[in-house]
Amino acid sequence: MAAPLTLLLLVAVTVRAALFRSSLSELISERVEVVSPLTAWKRVIEGLALLDLGVSPYSGDVFHETPLTIYLFHFLVDYAEVTFMVSVAGSSVFSDYLFRKQKFALEADRYPLDCLELIRSPKEMYYIPLKVAMFYLLNPFTILSCVAKSTCGLNNAIIALFILSTIKGNVLLSAIFLSLATYQSIYPLTLSALLTSVPLSCLINLCVTQWICVFLFWWFIVQYAFMYLGSLFVIICLSFFLLGSWDYLPSVYGFILSVPDLTPNIGLFWYFFAEMFEHFRLFFLCVFQINVFFYTIPLSIKLKEHPVFLIFMQLAVISIFKSYPTVGDISLYMAFLPVWSHLHRFLRNIFLVSCVLLACSALFPVLWHLWIYAGSANSNFYYAITLLFNVAQILLVSDYFYAFLRREHHLTYGLYLKRKDGSEATLVLK
Amino acid sequence: EANAVIIPQCSHIPPGRRGCLMETTVSPNKEELVIRPLHSGDIYTSFQFRTLWETDFTRENKVSHYRLFPKSLGQVISKFSVRELHISFTQGYWRTMQWGQPYLPSPPGAELWVWFQDSLTDVDGTWKELTNVLSGIFCASLNFIDSTNTVQPSASFKPLGIGNVTDHQIVCTENLTPWKKLLPCGSKAGLAVLLKSEKLFHSSFHSQAVHIRPVCKDDQCKTTSWELRQTLNVVFDLHNSGQGKNEWSLFKMFSRTLTEACPVASSSKIYIDITDNSQGEQFELSPATPLLSQAVVLGDRRTFSVYDLTQQITFGTICNVLKLPVTYSAHAGDMLRPLLHAERYVAGYGLQTGEIHTLMYNNHPYRSFPVLLLDSVPWYLRLYIHTLTVTSKGKDNKPSYIHYQPSKDRVRPHLLEMLVQLPPNSVTEVTLQFERALLKWTEYTPDPNHGFYVGSSVISSLVPSIVAMDTNNSRERPLFSSFFPSKEESSYFVRVYTEPLLVNLPTPDFSMPYNVICLTCTVVAVGYGSLYNLLTRSFQIEEPSPGLAKRIANIIRKMRGVPPL
Repeated sequence: MAAPLTLLLLVAVTVRAALFRSSLSELISERVEVVSPLTAWKRVIEGLALLDLGVSPYSGDVFHETPLTIYLFHFLVDYAEVTFMVSVAGSSVFSDYLFRKQKFALEADRYPLDCLELIRSPKEMYYIPLKVAMFYLLNPFTILSCVAKSTCGLNNAIIALFILSTIKGNVLLSAIFLSLATYQSIYPLTLSALLTSVPLSCLINLCVTQWICVFLFWWFIVQYAFMYLGSLFVIICLSFFLLGSWDYLPSVYGFILSVPDLTPNIGLFWYFFAEMFEHFRLFFLCVFQINVFFYTIPLSIKLKEHPVFLIFMQLAVISIFKSYPTVGDISLYMAFLPVWSHLHRFLRNIFLVSCVLLACSALFPVLWHLWIYAGSANSNFYYAITLLFNVAQILLVSDYFYAFLRREHHLTYGLYLKRKDGSEATLVLK
Repeated sequence: EANAVIIPQCSHIPPGRRGCLMETTVSPNKEELVIRPLHSGDIYTSFQFRTLWETDFTRENKVSHYRLFPKSLGQVISKFSVRELHISFTQGYWRTMQWGQPYLPSPPGAELWVWFQDSLTDVDGTWKELTNVLSGIFCASLNFIDSTNTVQPSASFKPLGIGNVTDHQIVCTENLTPWKKLLPCGSKAGLAVLLKSEKLFHSSFHSQAVHIRPVCKDDQCKTTSWELRQTLNVVFDLHNSGQGKNEWSLFKMFSRTLTEACPVASSSKIYIDITDNSQGEQFELSPATPLLSQAVVLGDRRTFSVYDLTQQITFGTICNVLKLPVTYSAHAGDMLRPLLHAERYVAGYGLQTGEIHTLMYNNHPYRSFPVLLLDSVPWYLRLYIHTLTVTSKGKDNKPSYIHYQPSKDRVRPHLLEMLVQLPPNSVTEVTLQFERALLKWTEYTPDPNHGFYVGSSVISSLVPSIVAMDTNNSRERPLFSSFFPSKEESSYFVRVYTEPLLVNLPTPDFSMPYNVICLTCTVVAVGYGSLYNLLTRSFQIEEPSPGLAKRIANIIRKMRGVPPL
């Protein structure tokens, strides 16, 4: 297993190094699909330059990274490319390690006999970690994001570490990484919903009676919340002491939540708020921000026994509906897709979705050029492709969710279902 | 279209020393006109009207005795605790390379800079009120001045200096009329008779300004009086209006002639610059005048023919008018090259990024001098200060002082001040990259594809002078040479304004707000709907629904109480 992974890492690093040295790196780091005002490398350099000039980087509206990021890059600015490559390689190694360690319990006797073909064989599962690593490392979105030195790569690495430590059951590390991820951008807060699903699977063997179960469950929640909030508090106070002021709070979190910068990107916010009537701006801002956090509780109730799929769904919802998405965020949840490769027989729209995603990815730079450089198109063209891209992503995610739920249903009720009169049944959602 | 620029006056003066003018002989009202033929064939005329007012606002009593000082401005000074005020309205751009240095530089558009008294606490509120009041006095739309285009420079040594420039102002007759009303004689007598708008606005460059500042009455500056200067600079293009003949006269330029001096003016003079005409080889003035005067202005010793309007013999014997026709006989020689000159332009293509290039020319053959560059860029052009490069003669020239205040979206503009040493006989290029922002659809001007104006940058410097400047401020001097007092003999103060820039921003489609809201909400609803379905519904085996006939039969059977089919 180590040899193919090493080979994969070598290939990925080579591709990235080649692109770093070419003239394309300048071009890629300016693309609005790859970098956003939150993650652009140009703005990190600007923040460092402002710090050198003696001006607080948060006194203007150009720099929106957290203080810990400034200090990290203060020391690593010359090795920026290496940092990003390491973080990308790290994420993939972590996810590889993660999926190897995950227990796919083969409890064949629990399921009806005809479902045997739904259960994954160990042989299939053997290759899943490698496929995940490959999906992440060789995804063009990840490569573009890494070459552009977008700090999204660092965010992805922290989230991957969080997932790894959660699945391994290390509560303290999991809380620390989650607080780091939340500190960087607010949205990973929804991942704390994992609290409900992970302890159940961890503690299931400790439950002697029901009351002990409930007590242990709540004790675990309290412990985790304490560690999470405690580490978040520590990190925020540390940031205050690094720069000596609370200026970074409105610049980072106020910026993410109130969306003042309307630079085009692949998300839904920019054009919506560029064309919003002033009277309704606050209302729709609240609606759109609540929309990201809204699915946390329903999803965690529905998927309380499947924490990995819950993570996938949460990450997908964040990537689609966050205020400044980039292709780096998309590549993170797409890396999970090989884990559900056994669901392909229940997927309904996969061909349409993949065609639309490919077409939109190709059309983004074309229509941007036509709008900004050629002047023969206007902003509506780019906006239309943004809409289509997001609809395709939503379809993809809901398709996988449907397939997952359907497989679960079949595992419980059997694969070949018959109607009352004995003919073959069709399943619908009612 | 408005952006902020700060114009600090005399920024080279070290702190603690104010550049006070001294007037020992109190002449409350002076007016003068300077006419300078330029090498390009244009005529530069500069009117200056000065009124002095003896009053002391530091004593807290209200002043209500106005004589020659206009009441509206006096009330402005006392109500808003103004220490100094300079406002100018300019149409056209001063071409330094063709016309030389102006006596009073001004940027295109409207410019206002104010210094408040130290006792003032609420600067922002007072600034807003002051701009509105001045907007009313001068019939100009200065009320567009707000925090998004106002800056406070650090290199100004008056801590409350606050200033603004708006570029899109078209200066027209409705601005000239209230300006003329502030003059003691109005437009009825004296030099103001010449100010007829139809001729004045038919010119290449037109600038009117009002300057209010305190001046010292003696060496120790124990008492101060207020000085109001109203200046009007016009450059006439005689090739356009002269029908090809090389002659000009007061009547041809202003369509009026002078008949009498202003009765309340203690001094009313016309100066014609005859430095290039020392032997009368270029042009001929008539009526000739025996009065000559010499003054050192802008680093050059110039000779002037003086016509004193308070003397009756100035006016011709017939018809009692002063016509002053001039005929050119030979072409002009070489102009003295201005030592400091600047240009600015935007480079780059597309609507995403761009670069501002500022070129500063030092034409002195062997002396280098420092210049203070002040740039104020609106917030929607996001500057990246790490891309700032300053090169002279191809090599890097690091500025010795940089003060940069980044912009805050929709609150304040960028402010960049730099002290750069210009090497002799060289061009220094300052480049800065920026990114263009997409604004909300309500923030665009009614004609968004015209572009957005970026105000002129200001370059102030003490330029080394070949001729010894006159530092004796106690003598009675012509107004045009005493506006910027010189502290040393070897240099004089120069302020150069660059061109304003016109920058295009990417625009959203203005006809689409409702459509965009609907479409985006549809996409969000698609996401919500799919997830809602999957979360709340469960899989069931679908029973085929019976045909219509069977369904009706079942309903009837249910009503009868019989089991269905």
